[in-house]
Parts: sequence; structure tokens; C-alpha cells
Amino acid sequence: MDYSEKVIDHFMNPRNVGEIEDASGVGTVGNASCGDIMRVFLKIENDIIIDAKFKTFGCGAAVATSSIATELVKGKTVTEALTITNKAVTEALDGLPAPKRHCSVLAEEALHSALWDYAQKNGLTIEGLEPPKEE
Amino acid sequence: MLYLDNAATTPLHPKALEAMMPYFTEFFANPSSVYAPAQKVRAAVGEARQSIADAIGAERDEIFFTSGGTEADNWAIKGVLDSRGGHIITSSVEHHGVLYVFEHLKKQGFEVTYLPVDTEGLVDPASLEEAIRPDTRLISVIFANNEVGSIQPIKELGAIANQHGIPFHTDAVQAVGHLPIDVKALGIDMLALSAHKFYGPKGIGALYVKRGTKLAPVLHGGAQENNRRAGTENVTGIIGMAAALRASLDEMPGEFTRVSALRDRLINEILEKIPHTKLNGATGEKRLPGNVNISFSFIEGELFLSHLSMNDCCVSTGSACSSNAHEPSHVLMAMGLDSVLANCAIRFSLGRVNTEADITNLMSILQPTAEKLLKQSVLYDMHLKNKR
Ligand SMILES: Cc1ncc(COP(=O)(O)O)c(C=O)c1O
Ligand code: FES
Repeated sequence: MDYSEKVIDHFMNPRNVGEIEDASGVGTVGNASCGDIMRVFLKIENDIIIDAKFKTFGCGAAVATSSIATELVKGKTVTEALTITNKAVTEALDGLPAPKRHCSVLAEEALHSALWDYAQKNGLTIEGLEPPKEE
Repeated sequence: MLYLDNAATTPLHPKALEAMMPYFTEFFANPSSVYAPAQKVRAAVGEARQSIADAIGAERDEIFFTSGGTEADNWAIKGVLDSRGGHIITSSVEHHGVLYVFEHLKKQGFEVTYLPVDTEGLVDPASLEEAIRPDTRLISVIFANNEVGSIQPIKELGAIANQHGIPFHTDAVQAVGHLPIDVKALGIDMLALSAHKFYGPKGIGALYVKRGTKLAPVLHGGAQENNRRAGTENVTGIIGMAAALRASLDEMPGEFTRVSALRDRLINEILEKIPHTKLNGATGEKRLPGNVNISFSFIEGELFLSHLSMNDCCVSTGSACSSNAHEPSHVLMAMGLDSVLANCAIRFSLGRVNTEADITNLMSILQPTAEKLLKQSVLYDMHLKNKR
């Protein structure tokens, strides 16, 4: 697999691996085609994402996209976080090989699912956030 | 570099390289030409054919050179069938070189039976007996599997096919040069082999076709290969393949024992020292001497592979051809693994250049890598929470 140096760096040394015990939102998503799973934890205070962590079961691209997505999301407001799409994640990694595009979708979905969980728990509606797909 | 992917391909044997060299330079003539230099090349190709025949207990006129294992499999299968259609039988653990031919033929209207395998990846000969119908035209079963190394009961399967008078083909690409094979004693009608799996060059192979087997050509053109496979011979490839096979046979008695011992050491060390690991496939005599296939539960195989590759360690998930797609291996699924465990499989394949030190070095990379990746795994978390 021809991964960019950035992708390799992020799966060899993933940032933010772990769990947040008292997370404000947790999202777990799976990819039906490859069977991979991603879980994202967000800590949100005053509408700002102050911490993000993840764990996955997936390929190098899955780890790299979750690593960079959790990096990108930190410090953002909940609304700003929605700009972290699979495209943004892929660009931040200097691209992904064609068969690996779906892995970045998983990162976006996990992030959105964690935000949805946060919104549900706090009775909020986040403009532009769709409910996560049923597994 | 730690090269543990000998089932994907092997490095050229020095004796093969040496034998090939003059045919790149001095002896370049087309063996079909009439002048004296061509005669010399023609004779060398004939000797190579004899060596290959001797290596598997065949006659010289039963060996046909092809561009490799894939072409030999395609030819054997497509060449015995005709417009009558009918029923064809194979196993559920074939290499894509056979499996996809059967899928293609199914679309063309043939009826296909895929024989099941047990948890070790082995076909039960009784299931073949049951599957045979009056209109069964061909039986094709892999000799030894490329992913898990399981060696099929070829003699029993061959006997059943012979009894019913049905052509019996075997894809022996992973077996030739590593296991003793006698096509006559095993009742084989057609056998595919490929040089690059036994220290020969890539892009050359052969099909053994028992005398009297009705096999139509697939490649039409010149009169080469006794009018049955057209195209100017890959002379250097043929010379290299024969030299590599002779060398492999010479080394086989010692290498079989040595490599089997390396294999068993690696299996035992992984199962003992790395938690949540499981061996896929058979043990002992029913397993190729160089094959180790392990599922590292909770660690996705492709991720593991990427980490090992960054540590200069060349191994593989299932088969090289499907490693882009990251779909669970059809072989492991046929053996009854669930798709998650199938996605956690890593294949290590050992060969003549591997040593005890390689196993030690591999373990020193595997252990910390597995430990690190387990901690990143959401599936492992789920497992721990379920246990609590
Ligand atoms: C069992 C088996 N059959 C067929 C093939 C295809 O052989 P080749 O690469 O020579 O086409 C391979 C190897 O790739 C193999 O392992
Ligand atoms: S292959 Fe499934 S997430 Fe990458």
C-alpha cells in the first residue's frame, strides 16, 4: 500500500489513542464492507472540544484518519467540528490511496456520532448534524 | 530485511541464475529456427523438459511450458471443457487462479460444486464421491493451500476421480519443489506448477498433462509445445526453472526437516508468548513445511502488516492478490473462522534462506508490536468489558 509519509507517521505513532473516562460524547461506528470499527471520545466544555481520544480496529488508514481527526477537532467549537469531513481528513494526511478512501469516511462518522451523543445527552440540537446511521 | 513471504515468491537460486546467464547472451537463438545455434537452444529446452518431468514422475512429452501457475490452471480447466457444458467440481480453498476461472465458467452456464473443508482446511474425500454426477466433466483441487499450507489428500481424491473416469487437475504451485510428488502414484491427470515458488524465475511455469488427456489449446498460434501452446519459448525462464527444481529436489531431504522445525518453533513461540493468538490450518505432516498462519485476535491484519513492514519485516495477510481489498480470506471463512478473526490473520512463509536467527529477530519485533496494537484496539476493550 502506497501511503503518504503523513499517513505512515499517524499510524505508526497515532496521537490521542485511549479513552476519556468522563467523556461528554462517545461515538462508535463500524464499516460494513471491511468490518472495521472506530470509537471516538470527546470532552466538551462551554461548547469547546477540549479533548479527544480514540480506539479503532482497522487498517493503517483507519488509525491515521482517526489520529488526525482527533488532532483537528481539539480546540474547535461543536459547530466548527462539523467542518472536519472525510475530505478534510484526507487532505490533512496528504491524500489516501484509492481503496482507502472509505476509511476516512469512518473517521468522519465516528466524530459525528460522538457529537450526536453529546447533543442527545444535553438536549441540544446541532445545526447540520445528522443522526448516526443504524448499524 | 527479514523476508518471510516465500509463499508469495522466492529469491532466485544461485544455481538457476548461473544456468540462465548464457541464454541471455551467447545462446539467444529462437529454438524453432533451423540453424545450428538454434539446435543447441532446442536441446537445452528439451533437457529442461526432461528435468521437470523427472521431478514429478512424468514423461518428457507430458510437460508443457506456460507463463506461470495462473496460465497452467486456466489452460487445464478451460482446455478439458467443451460446449456441452456440464458439472465441474473444485474446493472452497482454491487460489484465485482456479477459483475465478470456476466463477467465470459458472457465468458461462457450467454448474459448480465447491467442496467444503474442515477446520484445518482439508477436503473430505467422501464429499467428492458424493458430489460426482453423470455429467461431471472436471475435478480440480489445490495440492497445498497458499494461505494456510494445508496439504490435501490428493491420492484419495485422485483415486476417486480416476474410478469415475473424470479428469483430475491439481494446482500444485505451492507444493512442487517443497514436497515429494509422483503424478502417476497420485492419479493426477493435470498438474500446474510455477517456478518462482521454488527459487526459479517469475513468469514461467508448466502444466503436466497425462498422455491421453483430451486438452484443447487455449493459446493458438505457432507450433510450439507440440502444437498445444503457441508462442516462442521463454528460454531463460525454462532453463532457470529446471535448474531451480533440480536444486530444490537435491536440497529437499535436508530442507524439509530444517524448515519444518523452524515453522514449528515459530508457531510455538507465537502461541506461547503472544496472548490471544490462534493457529490457522493443520499441524505436522498435513502442513507445508514453510507455512505459519496465525490470527492475532483484536488486531486488524493489515495494520499489523503495515507495522511489520515499517520494521523491515516482509510478511503477508492471506494472499498477496487480495491485500488491497481487505476482505476476509475465502479460505479462512471456508474453514469456519468468523470474519473478524479472518481479518486478523497473518501469514509467515519460510524458505531456504531463513534461519533460526530470523525467528529470533521476528519474535523480537512481533511481541512488542502485538502488545502495542492490542492497547489501541477497540475490539480488545470490548472484549475486556464483556469479561468483567
Ligand atoms: C496456489 C497458487 N496457485 C497459483 C498461483 C499463481 O501462480 P503464478 O504467480 O505463477 O501465476 C499461486 C501464486 O501466486 C499460488 O500460490
Ligand atoms: S479498510 Fe476498513 S477502515 Fe480501512
